[in-house]
Amino acid sequence: MAQISETRSLISFAQVSRGRGKAIYWSLLITVLIVFTLVFIGPLYWMVTGALKSSPELAQTPPTLWPSDPQPANYSDAWERLALAKLLFNTVYYALGALAFQLVLDTAAAYALSKLRPRFGNIVLGAMLATLMIPAMVLIIPQYVTVIDMPILDISLIDSPFAIWLPAVANAFNIFLLKRFFDSIPEDLMSAATMDGAGSMRILWSIILPISRPILGVVSIFAVTAVWKDFLWPALVMPSPETRTISVGIYAFSGGTPQNVVVAAAVIAAIPTIIFFLIFQRSIMSGLTAGGLKE
Amino acid sequence: MAIATVPGTGIDVGSQAPQPPADPRRARRNRRIKDNLTGYGFLAGAVICFAFFSWYPMIRGVVMSFQRTRRGETTWVGWDNYDRIINDPSFWIAWKNTLYFTVLALILGYAVPFFLAVLLNEFRHAKGYLRVLVYLPVMLPPASALFLFKYLAYDPSDAGLFNAMLKAVGLPTSQWMQSADMTMPAMVLASTWMNMGGAILIYLAALQNIPGELYEAAELDGAGIWRRITNVTIPQTRLILSLMAMLQVVATMQLFIEPLILANGAGTQDSATSVVYLIYQHGFFQNDLNGAAALGVIMLVALIGFSAVYARLNAKQD
Repeated sequence: MAQISETRSLISFAQVSRGRGKAIYWSLLITVLIVFTLVFIGPLYWMVTGALKSSPELAQTPPTLWPSDPQPANYSDAWERLALAKLLFNTVYYALGALAFQLVLDTAAAYALSKLRPRFGNIVLGAMLATLMIPAMVLIIPQYVTVIDMPILDISLIDSPFAIWLPAVANAFNIFLLKRFFDSIPEDLMSAATMDGAGSMRILWSIILPISRPILGVVSIFAVTAVWKDFLWPALVMPSPETRTISVGIYAFSGGTPQNVVVAAAVIAAIPTIIFFLIFQRSIMSGLTAGGLKE
Repeated sequence: MAIATVPGTGIDVGSQAPQPPADPRRARRNRRIKDNLTGYGFLAGAVICFAFFSWYPMIRGVVMSFQRTRRGETTWVGWDNYDRIINDPSFWIAWKNTLYFTVLALILGYAVPFFLAVLLNEFRHAKGYLRVLVYLPVMLPPASALFLFKYLAYDPSDAGLFNAMLKAVGLPTSQWMQSADMTMPAMVLASTWMNMGGAILIYLAALQNIPGELYEAAELDGAGIWRRITNVTIPQTRLILSLMAMLQVVATMQLFIEPLILANGAGTQDSATSVVYLIYQHGFFQNDLNGAAALGVIMLVALIGFSAVYARLNAKQD
């Protein structure tokens, strides 16, 4: 069996592979599987079926496990009343734009800091990393004031997607992750290319980027989920009904909308993230531990 | 802070007068200048974004907190904003609530994921499934998950999921968000469910790096399971445990969306008002961006102070 080659953990393999140990192991595993499924999937089931119930059924005591008279109309109601198609489109648009800006600008910056190393590069890196110490919510007011009247440029970014895309680039964690990965790429690989007369752009494009696919994947996933999950910032800078993100739109409508319709909208907002997660779960899981925690 | 060295100031290359000295030296210098310029070119985009959306707002936040803007006119007002915000009747309530949330979240949200990770690390089956499960809620948009809790779980009548479950096992039901006493525990429960997965996966990665020989040796010395956890597992993951505690405190102190959605902001008898919610209130409903900025600075000082003291204490222990 392949498991033998793994290092042992708290309890040795021998102990759980026969007799009483084996019985305890299996009963514990089955209990954990059932409890975890109930705790982590149960609420999602409750949400999907709750949105299918009629308003009187939702207020019924005790609650029904399965809607007695399923109302799929709640979902179509939510779709139309909240203009979810538009909200979903906005959110995807902001997420993909933020992804593109971060990939291009953060990768370029990390490459400069790791390989080109211009003078004062370390000071710039230090100033970037210092922002990791500042909790995001603390800066929300001055950031908002900056966005409504950009210094030097004298323009307002309110309701402009740039208000989400550009602040997303100022992500020191991304730059740190990318730079650390680039640092591990041997210089020899590049010096050979330099001999052949390849410029910095060429080296980045045809040597560094192809090797860096795993870390680029991690950064991309973080970029997309961050925009999708964010609430306060898009609520402030995208205030118009036409530019809202899906989370903000649902919140804005929650006041005057029946509960089952709000929950249906919440389910629709969650579906893309769940699909995204199931597709990319491997990279997401490995990415989580990539932040210098594993070494 | 390193903010003083804002963007692009490093480009003093242009000040070097072009001179025609000996050839190889000039060539080398030209090359260096060119390399530096290429480097700055690659850095420029990110540096501009940092300058506009991180470095400048940091300074602006502090400056704003000593100013007052009324009808387009900005004047310096000294500590007036701080004075006003500290005398806001909700100021101390917000701090008390936020600290209470942080402590409750530490009790529930800190130890629990670690022990779940220790438990999950022992299983040699269904590993992938269990990991996907615990991380699933982390992927949900918080607004979605919180409406689930608000409408379907924390319903104060017996139609809600939690009250139905409590009733089924014969326990007294709760008013949840309608009860000032239950508001915080209910918010901690929702928040822990939403966020625990990340911590579990990070702990799992740390646990996998513990050399098996250490457990082997402990077992040979007759250490039981509990002794092995306290003498091997915890010391071996101490660094990550202390880092996660700090990150968690800083994250939970920024409590905002839970009160906003679950408690409509302030909650029953102000039981949910958090510091960030107060910032939001002042900034966007009381037309007091300057007071909000002052509260932001107070929070920043508190959190940086906490991190510094915490790091210091940790360093001493080593």
